[in-house]
Amino acid sequence: MPSHVALIDYGAGNLQSVANALRAAGAEQVKVSGDPEVVRVAERIVLPGVGSFAHCIKALRAIPGMVSVMEERVLDGGAPFLGICVGMQLLATRGVEHGVHKGLNWIAGEVLPIEVTDPAIKVPHMGWNDVAPMRHHDGAELIERGEAYFLHSYHFVADEGRDIAAISDHGGAITAAIARDNILGVQFHPEKSQRYGIELLEAWLNWKP
Amino acid sequence: MTVRVRVIPCLDVAEGRVVKGVNFVELRDAGDPVEQARAYDLAGADELCFLDISASHEGRGTLIEVVRRTAEVCFMPLTVGGGVRSADDARELLLAGADKVAVNSAAVSRPEVVAEIAERFGSQCVVASVDARRVSTKGVCGPRVDNPADKSGDGAGESRWEIFTHGGRKATGIDAIEHARRLAEMGAGELLVTSMDGDGTKKGYDLDLTRTIADAVGIPVIASGGVGTLEHLVEGVTKGHASAVLAASIFHFGQHTIAEAHDALRAAGLPARS
Repeated sequence: MPSHVALIDYGAGNLQSVANALRAAGAEQVKVSGDPEVVRVAERIVLPGVGSFAHCIKALRAIPGMVSVMEERVLDGGAPFLGICVGMQLLATRGVEHGVHKGLNWIAGEVLPIEVTDPAIKVPHMGWNDVAPMRHHDGAELIERGEAYFLHSYHFVADEGRDIAAISDHGGAITAAIARDNILGVQFHPEKSQRYGIELLEAWLNWKP
Repeated sequence: MTVRVRVIPCLDVAEGRVVKGVNFVELRDAGDPVEQARAYDLAGADELCFLDISASHEGRGTLIEVVRRTAEVCFMPLTVGGGVRSADDARELLLAGADKVAVNSAAVSRPEVVAEIAERFGSQCVVASVDARRVSTKGVCGPRVDNPADKSGDGAGESRWEIFTHGGRKATGIDAIEHARRLAEMGAGELLVTSMDGDGTKKGYDLDLTRTIADAVGIPVIASGGVGTLEHLVEGVTKGHASAVLAASIFHFGQHTIAEAHDALRAAGLPARS
């Protein structure tokens, strides 16, 4: 199946790694772009994100028409969507990094700091950790049990347990993936998770939600 | 389980080629960085580190190209350091495909550079280096010596650590532990703690140094400098309290594989990738 992917460029981090990984996973065409018109015609949409919630949501909203095109294509049009790291966190109702900021509110929840009581557990949560799919969840069909690379200090706390597609553990349960309908969001970095990550991207590229 | 101990091979790169310093003086050429990176990716290294020791501007340009080519074929986190003096330097490396930048001597003279990079690109991409040597309380610089008279087991009563620059040749007078705390406060995402006494000696990490810093900060510490055996990697975590272990020659020259390193960590009861 031909897969034309729009990788949204809103100035948040190293998009080339994600583009390289999508190509390695078999994407026929990856357009790295900040143009809403590219998002409008793409079959699949990826929202990456590196840095703070506050910086990323401001940068995304600063592109005229981008959020409305995303909502038109993903929420109304059913285009398969993948959010990565902060790109997944932005789907929440709000984030509290560098002040309270409204997110896209596609998946009800908050992005809160990882709090640990054991000083031996370090923040950022940095490195390879378990991805454990939640078996009750339809979207979890894309997610295999395995090890992926995480790098974050804040995490997605979903209001509804059914939106959580996979969990990990870092001084307590951490949301590793969220899913609903045609939306998948992963806290870890598939583009940095070697074979596990490429296989997840492959599955997502073939996903027909 | 929990987050895994990261095993990080480190390639010293000069003028686009891999070199490995023995005590930062003798250099051996160990090949093409992109080919080595690809091999480590396939071998399941948890991250990769390039430290650029090029003296020339041409060397820096070559580094950017090496990073770009590496990012095309490697799907693992890549840290690049050496000569990063500003947020603009960091940006150039991140755009080329680095995931993190290591800041070294620039943060000795001006720790604020860590905050500047963290504010623009996030703490997660700033690795702050702590290059330290043990100095005796008399202030005389010297190599690390085991002191049989020290029964405390931590060796901390006999010496302190000082930050050195220029590949371990130049003393700064800055206390290493204080410097590490300051870098963490400035927003570093992790600390790369290198014993300049141990580097290239294969006698193991300076475990007291590593542990003292790891216990003093809330962010992860990478132990570096002096690995000669798999047991040294294990000790870096069990006795040094490091979250990640960096090594060069034991991997580059085929003495051990990444899988053997992971096995050794697991055999010691530590979380490592399978």
